[in-house]
Amino acid sequence: MSDVSQPVAHPPVTDWVNDFDHTDPQWTEDPFPIWDELRAASPVVHTERFLGCYMPTTYEAVREIANDTEHFSSRRIIVRDVRPEVARNAAPPITSDPPVHKPAKQLLLPPFTPDAMKKLEPRMRAICNELIDGFIADGKVDAAARYSKYIPVRAIAHMLGIPESDSDLFINWIHMILELGIKDESKLLQAAQEMSAYFSAHIEERKTKPTDDLISYLMNARDKEGNPLEDSHVLGSLRLLLIAGIDTTWSAIGSSLWHLAKTPADRERLLAEPALIPTAVEELLRAYSPVTMAREVVKETTISGCPVKAGNMVLLSFPAANRDPKMFPDADKVVIDRRENRHAAFGLGIHRCVGSNLARMEMQVALEEWLKRIPDFALDPAGTVTWSQGTVRGPRQLPFLLGKAM
Amino acid sequence: MTERLKVHVDPDKCQGHARCKALAPELFELDEYGNAHEAGDGIVPPGLEDKAWLAKSNCPEIAIDVIEE
Ligand code: SF4
Repeated sequence: MSDVSQPVAHPPVTDWVNDFDHTDPQWTEDPFPIWDELRAASPVVHTERFLGCYMPTTYEAVREIANDTEHFSSRRIIVRDVRPEVARNAAPPITSDPPVHKPAKQLLLPPFTPDAMKKLEPRMRAICNELIDGFIADGKVDAAARYSKYIPVRAIAHMLGIPESDSDLFINWIHMILELGIKDESKLLQAAQEMSAYFSAHIEERKTKPTDDLISYLMNARDKEGNPLEDSHVLGSLRLLLIAGIDTTWSAIGSSLWHLAKTPADRERLLAEPALIPTAVEELLRAYSPVTMAREVVKETTISGCPVKAGNMVLLSFPAANRDPKMFPDADKVVIDRRENRHAAFGLGIHRCVGSNLARMEMQVALEEWLKRIPDFALDPAGTVTWSQGTVRGPRQLPFLLGKAM
Repeated sequence: MTERLKVHVDPDKCQGHARCKALAPELFELDEYGNAHEAGDGIVPPGLEDKAWLAKSNCPEIAIDVIEE
């Protein structure tokens, strides 16, 4: 989003192994060789930046941490420059630790099962086609700004029962929280407040006029004792669904289209064998996983033989785990018919992404509808592809030429 | 004589990624939370052996066992 101010600069990295920084422009541009370098050095590396932060570099080390809720807390989910007090109910269940995690998570699971997603699919196909209608005649398009960006935001708005036409507002909040907020606390707080005010107004409205969307669903939820959720819990979960539901899948769809634009052989194979799209989606998720989570070390322990000390953050890079050659043969290659693919793009353990079934459906539908109507496309050599910084990785500018005449 | 296969989901490990259901819908069922269990007694009907192995090798939580009897 080049129209929004950029975060404060950090000193450039000269020693990746001992001083890594996931907001460095080199990492933003092309993180893959950096991860290889870090992995070759150690299964867990450390930086003094961000007030002290570890990064597991192997699939095994990532799995160990993701499954260890005793030594690692989820209360902070973004590695940032500051560590202010954590608010209770920041964004449950992703910010919750056991034992409060499970009931909060179970509440959100039923609306996101594969069956529930099937019901949403026709709406998604319609949204994709509406978006394509808007640019197909132009012969060129920024596929990130005009296609991938609006698919997930409109899907989650539809589910929450808030106007799809407010999409740009939501996208701006997410940018302030997940990118600018890493280095500028005020941006994060401003966006969080605006979101809370927005949702509070919707909650008030539903008190007199109940609806059948996710906001009413959360308002009507009862715990085991039959009590409604605290207001802050409802708000926190709504914030989570909006934040988590948007630029994650936007990024995954964008990276997938980017790959197909520059890899004609894969594009032609999917055109000839559309049944392969679900398998290809898994591989694209592995190779270009968008989301890196965080943990905070709350008790000293060892991970893959490396000591980790309390008080440090952990950059829990599922994307780096998914490039570990010990886990995936030819990890650096995109093999669209890869059969064995236990990728961790949606996380592992109790914090597995609640929206994974939604994201998968959106990706499949977005690629299917695009390929049906735009079988031929390529990167526009006159334009530049740019990538987001920090927590979620995906193309933010994706200039394409459409059609055969290239 | 080919061996008979049986699939089993470890409910403590399953986190509801639903990969098994997508890859082998005949062999797995999901509960209201999207967590998986084997369909029926887990016995893999002839012809679906490949799907059983595929589900096992794609479960991110290593929650699926394929037992050869
Ligand atoms: S793939 Fe594994 S974790 Fe996912 S639902 Fe099936 S058994 Fe559970």
